[in-house]
Amino acid sequence: MANVTLRNVVKKYGVLEVVHSINLEIADSEFVVLVGPSGCGKSTTLRMVAGLEAISGGEVQIGGRVVNDLPPRERNISMVFQNYALYPHMTVRENLGFSLKVAKQAQPVIDDAVDKAAEILSLTPLLDRKPGALSGGQRQRVAMGRAIVRHPEVFLFDEPLSNLDAKLRTQMRVEIKKLHQKLKSTIIYVTHDQVEAMTLADRIVIMRDGHIEQVGTPLEVFENPLNTFVATFIGSPPMNLLDAVVKDGKLAFSDGTLIAMPPGYSQAEGQAVTFGVRADNIMPVGHALPHGEHMAEVEMEVNLTEPLGTETLLFSVLAGKEVQAKMFNPRPVQTGERMTFQIMLDKCHLFDAETGAALKR
Amino acid sequence: MKRLKLPPWLVLLLPAIIILSAVVLIPLVFSLYSSFTSYRLTRPDSIFNWVGLFNYEKAVTDVKFWAAFGRTVLLLAVALNLEMLLGLGLALMVSKVTSGQRLLRTMMMFPMMFSPILVGFQFKFIFNDNVGLVNNALQSLGITDQAIPWLVDGNLAMFSIIFAEVWTATSVFGILILAGLYAIPRDPLEAAKVDGCTSLQSFRYVTLPFLMPFIYIAMAIRSLDVARAYDIVQIMTNGGPARRTELLWTLIGRTGYVDARMGYANAMGYISIFLAIFFTVYFFKKLTQSRRELGMGA
Repeated sequence: MANVTLRNVVKKYGVLEVVHSINLEIADSEFVVLVGPSGCGKSTTLRMVAGLEAISGGEVQIGGRVVNDLPPRERNISMVFQNYALYPHMTVRENLGFSLKVAKQAQPVIDDAVDKAAEILSLTPLLDRKPGALSGGQRQRVAMGRAIVRHPEVFLFDEPLSNLDAKLRTQMRVEIKKLHQKLKSTIIYVTHDQVEAMTLADRIVIMRDGHIEQVGTPLEVFENPLNTFVATFIGSPPMNLLDAVVKDGKLAFSDGTLIAMPPGYSQAEGQAVTFGVRADNIMPVGHALPHGEHMAEVEMEVNLTEPLGTETLLFSVLAGKEVQAKMFNPRPVQTGERMTFQIMLDKCHLFDAETGAALKR
Repeated sequence: MKRLKLPPWLVLLLPAIIILSAVVLIPLVFSLYSSFTSYRLTRPDSIFNWVGLFNYEKAVTDVKFWAAFGRTVLLLAVALNLEMLLGLGLALMVSKVTSGQRLLRTMMMFPMMFSPILVGFQFKFIFNDNVGLVNNALQSLGITDQAIPWLVDGNLAMFSIIFAEVWTATSVFGILILAGLYAIPRDPLEAAKVDGCTSLQSFRYVTLPFLMPFIYIAMAIRSLDVARAYDIVQIMTNGGPARRTELLWTLIGRTGYVDARMGYANAMGYISIFLAIFFTVYFFKKLTQSRRELGMGA
């Protein structure tokens, strides 16, 4: 097992720079998830760690060893690919044992390792099949089995679940987490799905346009987003953002609505800010969860409802912007109905209106 | 007046039946029939002279026929394998080229653009013992002061023919294998890298299995081509010297048109066809098998 260090890592394609001087410290046996929208450089970063992409600048260390110029096979890593990347002409058994075979291990050693991996992933009854005769989930398990057979220092996962259907994805997510707990290995996992990131990660790395926006535990990035991008990217539904101006120590929205300043903030009079509140913290009166002592009330018209069972998502408009609110213990709501909503101010955030950076409490 | 009323299916099929009989069926039946007669082009009435299996017995016991048969198999084996290896190397190199690949691919096709007759003439000149390019070059470089009889010595003549054959057709393999290289998914190759393969191991365990269907397709096409080889040989050596480069179809052509013994020639032709059929069936079997291994359906 090993730690992984990225120091000022840059990736350029010709003149186009896609990863801008990234720094990241990943501890031994940590599960780190790189998450971000398409094209943010997360996969490229992972592939640089794997050795499948050349590193244009900076340094990648695995276990304290600079690996910039080492081919993938000398980096002691395993990778699970999005499209499984199984060898179609080999049986599951041969796929699993392939890395040991090319490393010229003795056949009994290979058989032993393959049997163990197959058992961990319950692949034993499938060992003599070819990948073509497996379902998507089974193929994914074979791909993971192939990775664990070699006992690498670091596991790399490149969007491994994005080709699976929703139910299977949830199931595999649990399996990956169990696998990590069992193997206690360092894992770098790339996904664009923030739910996957939240549920799997010890630490989340949120990327955008080749930059790291924030690094932190799932709860940290959820509760204290460093900027509006992280605030809207992490959490579902995305955080509601409203432009406001500080007026008499209160927040004034563009339509004139006034609410109290969230506790802990002390912004200058007249400063333009972005007010952020998650749907979980804006609830109709009588259907709210009791938390926090600081509250504001606004009245809004419900335009659309999305019943989710335990709660219903309500879509309204405040100060010209769409706002999503949550109704707990839901009752049927007519579209067009006007309701009074409570905003839990303790859980609200203020961001700089220009830069989008979180303001200090 | 009563008109002949044909059933509609027959009316609809009639054009196809007429064309197929004229183009395929009648020539086939006629040639098969003539192989049981002592038919000579110079004596048309000999077509009615039924001799039974005489022509076939004669062919099967004819040393010249079996020598030509063996030589054709030799040409097939040597030329196909050489072309495959060279084509594979060529394709691998071209696939690594980053700029100007389109131009290189076009250039690769050049040898295929010439008529085999012209290729034959070209190599007849290149290998000529007096004025030929090869001998002139060898002599100018001082490697030899003799005129090497490329097309006159029996073994060298076979070599020269194989050389010309390989020159023309290597690109068939090159192009088809290159298509195969483009079709290989990138993921398994990357997985192989991560799994610890050296480039040689990647090639051996991942690239090559993916290429096998393409190689077998090229083999099937080319085996038909080489099994009917005629033109290059006819031009370069005319089967000589002393029949040392006589192949099946130069022998059959000579028997049928020069000696005018068409009945006998047809009999040899029918035996020879089996050679082509055997190789084609063999390579298609291998093709299906290699595709099944890749999980590409039956």
